[in-house]
Amino acid sequence: MRGLVAVILAIMTGMFCSVVTYLPQIGDANAAPNQHVTPTYISRSAEDTGSPNIVTGVIIDYRGFDTMWETSVMFLAGLTTVLVLTSNPVGRRPEEEPEDPEEGEIIK
Amino acid sequence: MMKEPFGGLILNVAFRMLVPFTIVYGVYVLCLGEFSPGGGFQAGALLAVGVLLARLILGFDTKFNVLGKTSVVMAGLGTFLYAFTGWLTIFGGADYFLNYDYMPIVLEPKHEMHAMGIFLIEIGVAICVMMTIINLLDAIVKRGEDDGSVE
Repeated sequence: MRGLVAVILAIMTGMFCSVVTYLPQIGDANAAPNQHVTPTYISRSAEDTGSPNIVTGVIIDYRGFDTMWETSVMFLAGLTTVLVLTSNPVGRRPEEEPEDPEEGEIIK
Repeated sequence: MMKEPFGGLILNVAFRMLVPFTIVYGVYVLCLGEFSPGGGFQAGALLAVGVLLARLILGFDTKFNVLGKTSVVMAGLGTFLYAFTGWLTIFGGADYFLNYDYMPIVLEPKHEMHAMGIFLIEIGVAICVMMTIINLLDAIVKRGEDDGSVE
């Protein structure tokens, strides 16, 4: 089983590596991801959002809904970490109940 | 750790100088977030550092401090302020969430309304980040005290 997993992982890694050369160059203006909405953002962000900073325009204005949930996620993550940290470090696991003698006899 | 001052002459003097600048810089990053790199997240981290440094040198008696459960409540309020800004635009008749053209207060020209909306949102984000960081540090300190590893 382990050998099979290793073989599958090796094949998948080989496939991924063989595709890497077909990826677009980083920063290539003619690549497909950079042709979709990026030109619109760059040309219209100033008049649409009123912010001279394109990054702020995209994060807060075009993608404001996304950033709202980002903030919520961060708040919830912090809250959860605090809950975990403030729980009893010794562990509040209840002591194991003594075995019921009758049940034990039945199992035996 | 933070019930009493941190001690040490050099640290006391240096941090005493550092705290006001940190806080002022945090507010600066927050207010200029619309125009320059930066914004709510960074401003929140800076303000939290200001509070924590003040605690380190002065202990819990410091003026600029957030105590107890206030930090949890304020973190939630900061997140709420963000969502509330979105609702404000909906009440103003916007066709979608967070469309700043429809803020209830009318300013001219229109991008002033965008600026106001962005500023409100960044205040919310900054409060949330700041209070979450303080909250985490409080929890760690409290755990250390319970544990007995920190006096």
